[in-house]
Amino acid sequence: MTAQLEYPGVQDDNALLSIHGLWKVFGPKAQRVPRRPELASLDRAALYSQTGCTAAVRDLSFDVAPGEVFVVMGLSGSGKSTLVRCLTRLIEPTAGTLIFEGEDLRAADEKRLRALRRSKFSMVFQHFGLLPHRKVIDNVSYGLEIRGESKPDRRRRAQEVIDLVGLAGNENLYPEQLSGGMQQRVGLARALANDPDVLLFDEPFSALDPLIRREMQTEVVRLHREVGKTMVFITHDLSEALKLGDRILLMRDGAAVQFGTGDELVGAPADDYVREFVRDVQRADVLTLRWIVREPRPEEPLDGPELGPDVLVREATRLVLESDRPVKVVSNGTLLGVIGDEEILAVVAPPHKKPV
Amino acid sequence: MASITGSVEFEVRRPRRSVIIGILLVVWVAAYFLLRGIDTLVLGGQETTAFHRWLTDHRDDVGQGNAVFDAIRVGVDHFVVLLQNVLAQPSYGRPVPVIGWLGVVALAAYLAWAFGSWKVALLTAAGLGFVGLQGLWQESMDTLSLTIAAVLLSLLVAIPLGIWAGLSNRAFRVATLVLDLMQTLPTFVYLAPLTLFFAIGPAAATIATVIYAAPPAVRLTAHAIRSVPLESVEAARSLGSTRGQTLTKVLLPMSRSTVVVGINQTIMAALSMVTVAALIDAPGLGQTVLTALQTLDVGVAFNAGLAIVVIAIVLDRVTTAAGDRPWRTASVRRKVLLGAGAVGVLVAIWFSRTYVWAAEFPDTVNLGSRIAVIATDVTNWVQDTFGGFTYGVRDAVTNGLLNPLEALLTGSPWWLVAAVVVALAAVLGGWRGAVPAAVCSGLLVATGVWHDSMITLASTLLATVVVVVVGLALGVWAGRKHRVDTWIRPVLDAGQTMPPFVYLVPFLALFGSSRFTAIAAAVVYAVPVTTKIVADGIKAVPVATVEAANSVGSSSWQVISKVQLPVARRAITLAVNQGLIYVLAMVVVGGLVGAGALGYDVAAGFAQSELYGKGLAAGLAIVLLGVLLDRITQAAARTRKFNGTVRGDKL
Repeated sequence: MTAQLEYPGVQDDNALLSIHGLWKVFGPKAQRVPRRPELASLDRAALYSQTGCTAAVRDLSFDVAPGEVFVVMGLSGSGKSTLVRCLTRLIEPTAGTLIFEGEDLRAADEKRLRALRRSKFSMVFQHFGLLPHRKVIDNVSYGLEIRGESKPDRRRRAQEVIDLVGLAGNENLYPEQLSGGMQQRVGLARALANDPDVLLFDEPFSALDPLIRREMQTEVVRLHREVGKTMVFITHDLSEALKLGDRILLMRDGAAVQFGTGDELVGAPADDYVREFVRDVQRADVLTLRWIVREPRPEEPLDGPELGPDVLVREATRLVLESDRPVKVVSNGTLLGVIGDEEILAVVAPPHKKPV
Repeated sequence: MASITGSVEFEVRRPRRSVIIGILLVVWVAAYFLLRGIDTLVLGGQETTAFHRWLTDHRDDVGQGNAVFDAIRVGVDHFVVLLQNVLAQPSYGRPVPVIGWLGVVALAAYLAWAFGSWKVALLTAAGLGFVGLQGLWQESMDTLSLTIAAVLLSLLVAIPLGIWAGLSNRAFRVATLVLDLMQTLPTFVYLAPLTLFFAIGPAAATIATVIYAAPPAVRLTAHAIRSVPLESVEAARSLGSTRGQTLTKVLLPMSRSTVVVGINQTIMAALSMVTVAALIDAPGLGQTVLTALQTLDVGVAFNAGLAIVVIAIVLDRVTTAAGDRPWRTASVRRKVLLGAGAVGVLVAIWFSRTYVWAAEFPDTVNLGSRIAVIATDVTNWVQDTFGGFTYGVRDAVTNGLLNPLEALLTGSPWWLVAAVVVALAAVLGGWRGAVPAAVCSGLLVATGVWHDSMITLASTLLATVVVVVVGLALGVWAGRKHRVDTWIRPVLDAGQTMPPFVYLVPFLALFGSSRFTAIAAAVVYAVPVTTKIVADGIKAVPVATVEAANSVGSSSWQVISKVQLPVARRAITLAVNQGLIYVLAMVVVGGLVGAGALGYDVAAGFAQSELYGKGLAAGLAIVLLGVLLDRITQAAARTRKFNGTVRGDKL
């Protein structure tokens, strides 16, 4: 459980948000758990029976690069919601460091923390967390109001973000008059209104029905393209994670299980838990040719069509199956290998599935 | 061998609780016939003990001359007098109050409209007009002044306390403990000790009312704050709200409608207490009812009681409508109309200060005397026509049930009764029941009014049995049939908002001045709360559980007795507990209409200064009885639940 994982990617000095050795323990004398190795290494049940404590977040370390969509995924109870609240100290972490733009967040006092929350971070909540006694526009401008902006200023800014998230025309309605999807757009607009550097999403779409959920995911992708904010996105839905995430952190019982891009999780699961987790994914939509390329056999003809290594398997399927010779995978003029019908079929129509 | 162990186990098993209780009661009755008349601690009406005389002698030692209490008394007095000057009494060198009746009606209707709706505004105007026509304008305004003063002071204390208890877990725990205890005390008992500190008069009445009326507002404010969804609070914090901003912009606005429910309950409790406080010289309608009750003038008592009911309905409807108002801000049209209405109110107030007809309620149409005459006529007719029947019922119950029970309680030696009570408490509730029972019994003896306590206890027990039987039947019926519930609930709600005082009037008309009158009033007063709790408990039984019972072919009676009642057991114990507390409150008030005993002792203590100490001791005895009954039923509820699981484990 405490095995050190390889964290690929970003260098420290480049990171926007850098988390190291983060712990959140609930229970009596929680402080001692991260400090004492013999307690820190216990599993959930043993820790609870020995100390009465529960570790919601265990020894997490990762960096979030500017402009990326960083997804934290896990089943309910895996600690992901606690983690995202620790990032702005809505929940006070038990141990570890939080560095944001070179500033130690854990050393920040109440006032500095409030200033950061008012301008640098915003959060979108699972059940929206709207204020039912305020109109849509007053919900959206709440964050501007509490930092003391004048009424005309906040009206103008609120109207901008309301238009941006597609709520125009609903400014003077109350939240209860909107559908769930529209309410979450209000939550999104409120988070965008004070122009934060980092947007935190806590399972924002899991209370919505599937069609609306897909629409809202597309909306987030669009917003990310348009406003380019850094996003930390919590979800328990793998397809949502794969759709949105540049990189994905998979959590279980508060600890990290695997960290990587979507195709890394699917193509090279770190353990059986991850393998089980990603089993039902449409692998052809996630894996690229890089993951299935093989050495050409000696007698094989090498005059087939060429494709790049980052082409998705689904996109290459028709070409490979229609070609009477293996397809070459070429990167910058170097031949990485070839792909034949059986490699494609192994992904698109796997021969057997392991029984559950 | 196997069969022997089997029979041994059978013999070892403890006898059922009902068997033990039965044996206990039989032993008691047998002992009563042997020992009756010994150590009964009888104390005549004008007799006092040394403890009572000591209390009487020291009545002025606590409050009088104490700077703090005097300051509070003078401050509250000034506040009440100020409101009375504005609404009720001739003041500032004028023969009329600052605002005459026209101004009051206009202002009250306007406020009802602004906070509620135009419907309740009409109701307010009609209600106030009606009490005016009854010839009770000044009395009603006195009652209203006292109520307003007490409610404002209550809220001044209760809302901040409620917010504190809403935000802090520790404060919440302490508050719940104290409020639970306060809720078991009948209105009556707040009066006696407060006169020690603040002397008899409007100040003590107002303070007693504040103490009685504040708890619901504290409780519901705390509850409202704690029920605000966590995510909304987190959202506010995540945007950088300060604590103050979170409180004023999120927690308080989102708590509004529940807090208004608390304010509603506070207002109703205050009105109820202000009328009872007539016993310690609080002015107003309570005074009129009290005098009429004491002279057995049913007509006048009915007229004044009706005015109290009308005011209660108006206050209840207006605050309920205020709580139901949606979040929306007012439309432009409504704002304009409200502005115009405000101008109209000012004009009405100016009229009421300028013209006599608008200042003093015209007495050309005096409905009141006609209502009194009609009520008296109806009473006489009822007594002439049904007198044989009603008095027959009264005498049958009194001779058949009440007298034997009372004889058993008052005729046995005090130590025998105390021993039986402690033993019963131990059987029902284990040590949690026995220890408070022993302590309360001992203290009851110390108060010197043991004999009167036993008379009150006899009436209370008898009334409670009736309340539980009726409440269970009605509650199960309403809990099972939605249509019955929708039909019965408004009646029950209305019944609960009435001050206990006014219940006595119709029963006085039916049964004359007797112990039975108090019992009948107590039954009617306590049945609504018992029925509601039982109905809610039955309704809370999961639908799937009832369906499962039905699917195996249970009859209705089997579903009720084997599924719904056992599952709703907690609710039913609570219903019994609340029924007891309500009955006790009413039986005590019934001391004014011939029930005698503790209630009479308290009232006599206010009226005759040499009995002051005895009245105080009787007030204490009421508290002790209340705590005793409450502790035993609570403990019984607790062990019964515990036994259920243990039995399952062992067998």
